[in-house]
Amino acid sequence: MAVLLEYGPLVLSGLETTVLLSLVSLLIAILLGILGAVAKLSRHAVLRGVGEGYTALVRGIPDLVLMLIIFFGGQTAVNELGFRTGLWDYVEISAFWAGAGTIGLIFGAYMTETFRGAYRALSVGQLEAAQAVGFSRLQTFNHVILPQIIPLALPSFTNNWLVLLKTTALVSIIGLQDVMYNANQAGRSSQEPFLFLILAFFIYLTLTLVSDAGLKLLARRYGAETR
Amino acid sequence: MMDLSLIAENAHLFAQGVWVTITLVSMALAGGVLLGLPMAIAQSQRIPVLGRLAQVYSYVFRGTPLLVQLYILYYGLAQFEAVRASIFWVPLSNAYVCALIAFTLNSAAYVTEIYRGALLNVDRGEIEAGLACGMTRRQVMWRIIVPQALRTSLPAYSNEVIFLLHASVVASTITVIDILGAGRTLNAQYYVVYEGFLTAAVLYMAIVAVLTLCIRWLERRYLFSKA
Repeated sequence: MAVLLEYGPLVLSGLETTVLLSLVSLLIAILLGILGAVAKLSRHAVLRGVGEGYTALVRGIPDLVLMLIIFFGGQTAVNELGFRTGLWDYVEISAFWAGAGTIGLIFGAYMTETFRGAYRALSVGQLEAAQAVGFSRLQTFNHVILPQIIPLALPSFTNNWLVLLKTTALVSIIGLQDVMYNANQAGRSSQEPFLFLILAFFIYLTLTLVSDAGLKLLARRYGAETR
Repeated sequence: MMDLSLIAENAHLFAQGVWVTITLVSMALAGGVLLGLPMAIAQSQRIPVLGRLAQVYSYVFRGTPLLVQLYILYYGLAQFEAVRASIFWVPLSNAYVCALIAFTLNSAAYVTEIYRGALLNVDRGEIEAGLACGMTRRQVMWRIIVPQALRTSLPAYSNEVIFLLHASVVASTITVIDILGAGRTLNAQYYVVYEGFLTAAVLYMAIVAVLTLCIRWLERRYLFSKA
């Protein structure tokens, strides 16, 4: 138990990175998801094409491959561009932003489908009714679309968040000191990898349980159907 | 910027990677169904103890990162002298086998959840019709409920197939030379950043494209014509 006291705090300190990274990634994903859904539902063929291309690309490339391309390749590309144009000096893409950017990009595609699906589930009659009573487009969005989209999108949103949370463990591979990375380090230093990996296992499980409970509560508040 | 000849020279490396990825994922998928289907039945039939165990198993494995599960199996268990002295050490000291076990257990958890829902959603009328024809409960299960559930869960299961393919890239973190492993080997050997990762990305996209075509064909064949 002495090792647990010695290295336990190291593993727990990774929690801050894991949670912060998850939240920043989620924010990026929501923004990209809204843009993606708007693009896919657009009347313009070009925008629809961009939206389709985006979701197809993410469905085609595994998360870690994309993360490595962005972290290692992106670094070189940005500096090459800066060197050629003379616009900026050497910049370093931090593991945090490479991770958050990649995870945000990937889950933005899933959020696109979530928001698009929820929007499609709204009946056309409602939009026509809003137009008939003279609502502006903004009013329609705020008073008709948004309140109904939230409960419709919540189950899929919850699912995306739970998967996102687990995906953040991949940033340990590009050297970011999250729960996974620190657990691995603690295991190596203490020669007790099992103990600390199991600790990480339960930390992630707790994060899942807490989010699950929290989002179910939210679902009940919005009257969405819970499974 | 890209050195295509480098990729061509190492084509055998990627060919081997494709083979490893495909065999690993196929075997894990098969094992996942073999383990997951009985667990889904136990859960949907509310078989005491077993149903509950299946539920907990599925939740725990879906609620923690695959990377952690893989590390526990590969690095964690090696810590114990008892494991190293046992007959299990031969398979457990092999990275490929560890990846296969981790992917199978993980896939089984998702299969359990997918089929549980599908089994519960089989039309009651069909079950009653089966019983009315004089089928035993077991016959109804294997001739009506299970085939129907396999059919209706096809879209959800296809997603799981693509998810597992994506998730399988973590095998490269425990020295397995799968597609991403081949890419990482190439990059490390020649000190390049794009060639290996981009080739891996293209290969994964190609596999996903082929899989998507197969899935569409299966869905058209077994799910009537759905868009």
